[in-house]
Amino acid sequence: MSQMINLKIDGESILVPEGTTVMDAAEQIGIHIPRLCYHPDLSLEGNCRVCVVAVEGFDHGLASCATKAWEGMEVQTNSPMIRQARRDIVELLLDNHPKDCQTCDRDGNCELQNLSYRMGVRERLFEGKRKQFPIDDAGASVVRNAEKCILCGRCIRVCGEIQGVFNLSQHGRGFTTVVGPANLTPMDESACIQCGQCVNVCPTAAFLEQDHTERVWKALSHRRKDKHVVVTTAPAIRAALGEAFGLPMGTPVTGKMVTALRRMGFDAIFDVNFSADLTIMEEAHELLKRLAGEGPLPLLTSCSPGWVSFLEKFYPELIPHMSSCKSPMQMQSTLIKTYYAQQKGIDPKDIYVVSVMPCVAKKFEAARPEHVLDGMPTTDAVITTRELAVMIKSYGIDFQRLPDGEFDHPLGTSSGAGDIFGATGGVMEAALRTAAFKLTGQNLGNLDLTMVRSDHGAIREASINLAGQTINVAVADGLQNAKILLEAVKRGEKKYHLIEIMACPGGCICGGGQPYPPIGTYTLNPELAKARAKALYSIDAAKTIRCSHDNPDIQKLYADFLGEPLSAKAHELLHTHYTARTPRGIR
Amino acid sequence: MSDHCHGSTDNWPELERGYRAMLPEDVLAFIDASRGREHSESMLIATLHMVQGHFGHLGPGHLEAIAQLMQIPLAKVTGVATFYHYFRLQPRGKYLINVCLGTACYVKGAEKIAQKLRDELGIHFGETSKDGIFSLESTRCVGTCGLAPVVMIGDEVHGPLTPSQIPTLLEGYLARAAEDLAPAAASDSR
Amino acid sequence: MSLPALDFYRSMTDRVSKTLAERDMENKILIQVGSATCEHAAGSQVVAEEFVRHIRASGRKDIVIHRTGCTGRCSREPIVGVQVPGQILVKYERVNRDLVHRIFTEHIQGSAPVMKHVLDHTTAVLPEREFLFCEGSRCQRSGSNLRETFMAMLEARGIEPNRVHVAAASCFGVCSLSGGAPATYVLARPEKVIYRVNGEADLAAILDGHVLGGQVVEALRVQEEPIALEFLERYGDVAFFNRQSRIALRNAGVVDPESIDEYVGLDGFKALATVLGRLEPDWVINELTKARLRGRGGGGFLTGTKWGLARKQPDTTRFIICNGDEGDPGAFMDRSMLESDPFNIVEGMIIGGFSISAQKGFFYIRAEYPLAIRRIQHAIDTCRAQGLLGPNIMGSGFDFDLEIRLGAGAFVCGEETALIRSIEGERGQPKVRPPYPTDRGLWGHPTVINNVETFANVSAIVRYGGDWYSRIGTEKSGGTKVFALAGKVRHTGLVEVPLGTTLSRVVNDIGGGVSGGKQLKAIQTGGPAGGFIPAAMQDMEVDFEPLQKAGSIMGSGGMIVLSEDDCMVDIAKFYMAFSQEESCGKCTPCREGTTRILEILERITEGKGVMEDLDKLHRLSRLCQRTSLCGLGRAAPNPVLSSIKHFREEYLAHIQDKHCPAKKCVALIRYEINAEKCIGCTICARNCPVECITGTRKEVHVIDQAACIKCGNCFDVCKFAAIDRV
Repeated sequence: MSQMINLKIDGESILVPEGTTVMDAAEQIGIHIPRLCYHPDLSLEGNCRVCVVAVEGFDHGLASCATKAWEGMEVQTNSPMIRQARRDIVELLLDNHPKDCQTCDRDGNCELQNLSYRMGVRERLFEGKRKQFPIDDAGASVVRNAEKCILCGRCIRVCGEIQGVFNLSQHGRGFTTVVGPANLTPMDESACIQCGQCVNVCPTAAFLEQDHTERVWKALSHRRKDKHVVVTTAPAIRAALGEAFGLPMGTPVTGKMVTALRRMGFDAIFDVNFSADLTIMEEAHELLKRLAGEGPLPLLTSCSPGWVSFLEKFYPELIPHMSSCKSPMQMQSTLIKTYYAQQKGIDPKDIYVVSVMPCVAKKFEAARPEHVLDGMPTTDAVITTRELAVMIKSYGIDFQRLPDGEFDHPLGTSSGAGDIFGATGGVMEAALRTAAFKLTGQNLGNLDLTMVRSDHGAIREASINLAGQTINVAVADGLQNAKILLEAVKRGEKKYHLIEIMACPGGCICGGGQPYPPIGTYTLNPELAKARAKALYSIDAAKTIRCSHDNPDIQKLYADFLGEPLSAKAHELLHTHYTARTPRGIR
Repeated sequence: MSDHCHGSTDNWPELERGYRAMLPEDVLAFIDASRGREHSESMLIATLHMVQGHFGHLGPGHLEAIAQLMQIPLAKVTGVATFYHYFRLQPRGKYLINVCLGTACYVKGAEKIAQKLRDELGIHFGETSKDGIFSLESTRCVGTCGLAPVVMIGDEVHGPLTPSQIPTLLEGYLARAAEDLAPAAASDSR
Repeated sequence: MSLPALDFYRSMTDRVSKTLAERDMENKILIQVGSATCEHAAGSQVVAEEFVRHIRASGRKDIVIHRTGCTGRCSREPIVGVQVPGQILVKYERVNRDLVHRIFTEHIQGSAPVMKHVLDHTTAVLPEREFLFCEGSRCQRSGSNLRETFMAMLEARGIEPNRVHVAAASCFGVCSLSGGAPATYVLARPEKVIYRVNGEADLAAILDGHVLGGQVVEALRVQEEPIALEFLERYGDVAFFNRQSRIALRNAGVVDPESIDEYVGLDGFKALATVLGRLEPDWVINELTKARLRGRGGGGFLTGTKWGLARKQPDTTRFIICNGDEGDPGAFMDRSMLESDPFNIVEGMIIGGFSISAQKGFFYIRAEYPLAIRRIQHAIDTCRAQGLLGPNIMGSGFDFDLEIRLGAGAFVCGEETALIRSIEGERGQPKVRPPYPTDRGLWGHPTVINNVETFANVSAIVRYGGDWYSRIGTEKSGGTKVFALAGKVRHTGLVEVPLGTTLSRVVNDIGGGVSGGKQLKAIQTGGPAGGFIPAAMQDMEVDFEPLQKAGSIMGSGGMIVLSEDDCMVDIAKFYMAFSQEESCGKCTPCREGTTRILEILERITEGKGVMEDLDKLHRLSRLCQRTSLCGLGRAAPNPVLSSIKHFREEYLAHIQDKHCPAKKCVALIRYEINAEKCIGCTICARNCPVECITGTRKEVHVIDQAACIKCGNCFDVCKFAAIDRV
């Protein structure tokens, strides 16, 4: 039982449990102390100093985010000295920051800009030299602009603490300190697995996704003449896109999204959920094959490109365990340029595929040399949810007032199993629904396999009895959690048949390309993940078809085009392979 | 054919062989001995010292080998190596000239000594002379303030110095460098 | 019941006395050569080799070389001592190869000391004996000046001052041993006897018995041995030394740093034996608390309290760290102590480890100090081999070991949380405190970090008691403090004085005042984060609080003397450049603030300053002080604030008049040739790097101001003072 502690904040007495930080204690009495480097779900550094408060007995301010309250503590959060100091600190950060707010990607959603406005910084007294670093924008997914970096260190923390990749570090020191991968190599040559969580947590525009909006605008601009421009949206988009237009967290916006895309002029609007169902068909059969003794167990899911990179770089010895299924996005793009092209009688070369993804690693995935068809990439452009929101806004569409639209067919039909792909545990749940049917010949009585959903901890385990066979499964989201799980497997402590891993904590709904939450709310916030997941689960629950194998268009696809799951044609089009890469020893 | 089952995908034995080949025996022994010890990652700075002691600098290959063999993220290794001024990431000349810019030396005219060295060698701080003999750097106090202003060349401290003594001082080292080269040249010609 | 630790110690001392007796140093001619980084830099190794050659050539077996550390008398190194049995030790300064030959032939073989090269030229003739009268003011002894009386008595008896030398010295520390009773103490050399003298009768007894009779006057002899007796015996005749009170540095220049036997011979490890004999950690902590020993790294936190805090932690995995990351430019006392008396520091660490029940201790030493690292490693290895480190130390059941970790050139690693990060193998960036390291330090365990000098005092406090130590020093701070005296002062070097000694005494009495007959302008204390004490305040007592009040800090004890030739804005800029470069970059105010402060100072020294700059400096400095994450950032603006406070007129001169009063700031000065003095020797023109001086031989030369880069070469080379710097 934790003890309670008395302290005084701005003269007001307050009782808090031992271990409460001064910042949290102040929050309890309605005082929101300004902050910058602070992130509630990462370790506390106390380095920006914006949240300093005056504490009786100290002649200097203490960082309220990292200082735990003690008995009898007396805190001043707003003395004239503290107010002045905070303003000066923000001003000092601005003085070493490019003056291009108006043209910056984060304009309107920049924590530094917001803080500066709130602090009332209206003058720039101390300007002098500014740090100068080249922009690393050669990466397929992540762009690093060190000049905009304010050295809050969130990216370093998320990369290490949450993702276990430890690809970022400060280099040098003092005024010339710069954050980047080892030796400041380009992102794509570093250990980066492209998950984009650094982009999500960055308070400014020091990390951004590689911009694909221009190529999409270009494709749309000559669509009538020579290009058939197809857009396809991932499951997680519908759960978050609304946030960019002021809708509450977790508002499903499938119909408005489709309408917006149609207004923007796409020739066909498909749903990656279709290929999510397809992935389940292939992966479930792969699992059945392995259960029958062909190939190693556990089988690892392969939908998350960040996780795929992680495996190739850090656990290459486990490559044989990886499902050879392409990700739903890549299956979808491949089918668009084969199955759909055939149906429509269009030369695949004239089709331009735009994927809307909650993920920045998808940009990297699309550029992988494995994913080509007759020498051309299967996916031509990948835009994030954020980029789509920018495009919709720039088009002048009043999103909130849009009527609901419908996906095109056949690649727009999906079961509820496809929808839940966007949340951690969703692939597992979908796979088990289909595996159960395949093993027992009938659908599960209760399709809601909540034990693999994120309410049950960061790493979930479950056992399910199917036709006399116990199937042991595990789910991890966030690569640090994945590491823990994989190490246990490697040590032989755990025997699973199927493991789902998603690179981003919470799964795709909290991917590196999702809308920035409003200032004051943070990505990695469990509430955010929960709200977005709820949107997907509600869509699933509302559907009549909730299992991938029941999707009529999937059945038709096999009947008309692929034959059966894991057929030679399915292998040729829907499966891929992986390569061991360095870095290997760095775990 | 299954695409993903062509032999072992474990690249570690091969990588490890390659990385081990990049470091000298004593460093490998040191890393091996600290592996498995509690807080073995805390030996990083000691390892960097050893490797720099052996090669004179820390090249990208060295840093990567250290990271891999010690199982420490490479970004952390380079982050540490660039934080501490003692570590140099570029090769340096045969003799490292460190001009002390500590307080005692500063008030006794170290800046003029530094200027004279820059003029004589034609290089700035952090650079190496074209012949590869001298590297020029500045340091903060070598703890011999009584001799201020001082200059450290290799392990030797010289002081108190005046700018006019600099050319003679450098000539001495040039002669030494030439001597060191002479026997090597002789053996080469054999 | 006999205690294992005391038995262990007894057998160790027995063994050591046997070994030392076998060496028979008392009856040999000792040539004492300093061996420390500074001594080596000055050429002591060559000197030692030269002596070895001479001894070998002479074939004499009664001459031996004795290696010691350094005494801290930097500007006179290498220092060589020659001890002929029964005579006073003669110290030579700035010895070189040629002087070795003269010393060997004239002094050692010919019994005629080379008086011209004696350290500080104390005497023209080597006296047979010497009486040093303590004249410390602490015991407030009253009555007439006994030293003068004694001199008069000697003169009356017709005893030449050359035969018997009488000099004043600082407090020997005997009075504090005997409880602080006022008395005059007299050290007689070379007999190494201390008398307590209470009046003329006692003086007469000494004159008759000792001086004339050659017999020690046992009745007046003091039984207590002051801690620095050996040091005073060797160096008591040198004013620079005898005005100091050496505790931490007592063995520097006395003991062979690589001989555990010699250290034990000087009562080394006696304190450890006492501690491990009692096995009461709280007793040690209590003694330290009584001693009022405050952290010598600059924080000034009471060591006893700190150790007590760590001891109270529920977590029993604990560490103790010796902070040897001496990064202040201009401070080198830690290096000197590590190099000159390593076993003493190791002993202090073991006692500390025992007191907080730590299992492991770390030395964190700058990689720039290779000799210190070697000596400490040697001391650790030797101690481990002799059962003083490792399992079951001295048979007491206490297990403890030490390990060295190297710094790598980051000033911030002197800050304790940064130091911990560095030992952990990370970038040395400080962490938010609280929690303090005593709660959660190295790898999250309770950790005590103390400076080298703090540990250097521990064995002395244990041996002589906390009360003794507290009587030296001030009400708030017990004991002595070592200062590294440098800059524009005649005698540079290490000075150990009781806390509360005035700045003036350190700078003028011990340091010999400003060099070159210039005016004292200010004394800078505390390293780059310290401040300036103007000359007018030189009577201030040196202690933590007064220094802080004056806008400076104690720091690790750097003391830089600045003269009228130094520009305060320029020096403030120098320190700011240091702090800016050494800022770890973690927190905003220090990283960005120091950069902006430096930019403003650069503007001012370039003559581009405006009056608002003073306000900006003030505002930024206060910001750093109030909001930086660590103590270094908070102290970084001290040089700026204190220089503005005490030397505002210099800032105004730079800003308003575009004039540098000290003629130091290059942009604000120009060189002109005085037509009356110039004889046209052409030397200035020949030395001008940009060839901007014109004039023919024997005619007045002219400087082209537009081309002049103000390097000052002409000023330096002109033999006729014909170049004016204006």
